[in-house]
Amino acid sequence: MQETKTKTVRFVISRQDTPDSAPYQEEFEIDYRPNMNVISALMEIRRNPVNVKGENTTPIAWDMNCLEEVCGACSMIINGKPRQSCTALVDQLEQPIRLEPMRTFPVVRDLQVDRSRMFDSLKKVKAWIPIDGTYDLGPGPRMPERKRQWAYELSKCMTCGVCLEACPNVNSKSDFIGPAPLSQVRLFNAHPTGEMNKAERLEQIMGDGGLANCGNSQNCVQSCPKGIPLTTSIAALNRDTTFQSFKNFFGSDQI
Amino acid sequence: MAGNREFFNRRLHSLLGVIPVGLFLVQHLVVNHFATGGEESFNNAAHFMESLPFRIFLETFVIYLPLLFHAIYGLYIAFTAKNNTSRYGYFRNWMFMLQRVSGVITLVFVAWHVWETRVQAAFGAEVNFQMMENILSNPFMFWFYIIGVISAIFHFANGLWSFLVSWGLTVSPRSQVISTYVTIGIFIALSIVGVRALTAFI
Ligand code: HEM
Ligand code: SF4
Ligand code: FES
Repeated sequence: MQETKTKTVRFVISRQDTPDSAPYQEEFEIDYRPNMNVISALMEIRRNPVNVKGENTTPIAWDMNCLEEVCGACSMIINGKPRQSCTALVDQLEQPIRLEPMRTFPVVRDLQVDRSRMFDSLKKVKAWIPIDGTYDLGPGPRMPERKRQWAYELSKCMTCGVCLEACPNVNSKSDFIGPAPLSQVRLFNAHPTGEMNKAERLEQIMGDGGLANCGNSQNCVQSCPKGIPLTTSIAALNRDTTFQSFKNFFGSDQI
Repeated sequence: MAGNREFFNRRLHSLLGVIPVGLFLVQHLVVNHFATGGEESFNNAAHFMESLPFRIFLETFVIYLPLLFHAIYGLYIAFTAKNNTSRYGYFRNWMFMLQRVSGVITLVFVAWHVWETRVQAAFGAEVNFQMMENILSNPFMFWFYIIGVISAIFHFANGLWSFLVSWGLTVSPRSQVISTYVTIGIFIALSIVGVRALTAFI
């Protein structure tokens, strides 16, 4: 009995009360349970928000949704690396476990950030396939199965923001949209129907804050939890935009 | 070009880094290497370069203007990055950081080097073996030159790697790994050429 009582988990959490207030650190210690993940630990703290000094404090704010690493909402910096807190198992983490928000994004409160810029970027690059019309356009062209399987890997992106957090060129001094929306351009341009808007998407990422801001640090591909080949996508788009810019300049068929 | 000035500028920056600035760097290192054949061999090679027709025109359009654009825009690029090698210690991230650091070192070195040689020549000094012998007899200047030359070569070799990516020539991870090895080879080979030339003056 006594042995299980002494086993605890220690957290050092970076907190921030409002979007503009200064961040501060607070430490917590909770009882260990087998198979805990960072979210279940945060829930435990929320149940009884008392820090290591024994002071009552406010519960910690964080985002979550799917709890199975498909929505991306729960991303935060855990022991120095951005990742999803729902799949961060306490047993595999060095203690004290340090949690910070991904400060590349505006902090809403504590570990909660506002990833709106990513969704805005997806709109900007038209990361969808327009099929609406005033009449039934009929079935689109078919996609070879092998290509579908390949494209599925790119479609796994959950807009979590980890790749933007890891990128040295995504910061307050630059307006680079980051790797995730770029790779989505490659995905939608590869689709037989999406391809009909290929030039439009390429033109968009040839605009300010677009593709050319990549400096090839390749942190994104090392960090993406879904294993998306981001740097291959970027290099492939570099090739596509090279051709597109020649088409634009020399005035041959621009579609 | 309309509406995508940044794209155009970045591609131009990338292109100028290789053609003509990178090619000039290689040519310059090769000419300097004649110093290993002795004073006369170096002076002959340098004299041949000096007596090329339209010299000032060539210098302006092949060296000064491209280098100036690349250097100024390069500074802007270098200082918009927020380096994070302590958190993400991957090989390519280190290269990313070193590409920026070596660019700044190269800029300092090249500015000094042009002042000491080309600008002085415009004032009537003669650029020859003896001039370099005098400069490099000072141990501080010798090491300043070693660091400057090696950082310029690193910057060019690693820049060649990213040039291949920036234009979409090396897309697959495998081609990017192989071009890493090739550019490391270029770095080592040119470093030998550059350092041999410098040591020939002392
Ligand atoms: C000997 C003179 C120089 C040569 C041969 C050279 C060559 C190159 C090459 C080939 C690239 C690769 C372009 C690409 O990524 O597509 C490059 C990139 C770069 N250069 Fe230079 N460069 C020189 C001087 C400078 C100077 C003086 C600076 C000023 C700081 C500078 C800053 C940069 C930066 C920041 C990049 C990275 C661009 C990026 O990754 O997006 N370079 N250089
Ligand atoms: S590409 Fe990967 S790291 Fe980037 S947002 Fe998508 S899932 Fe997250
Ligand atoms: S809660 Fe959806 S990824 Fe973690």
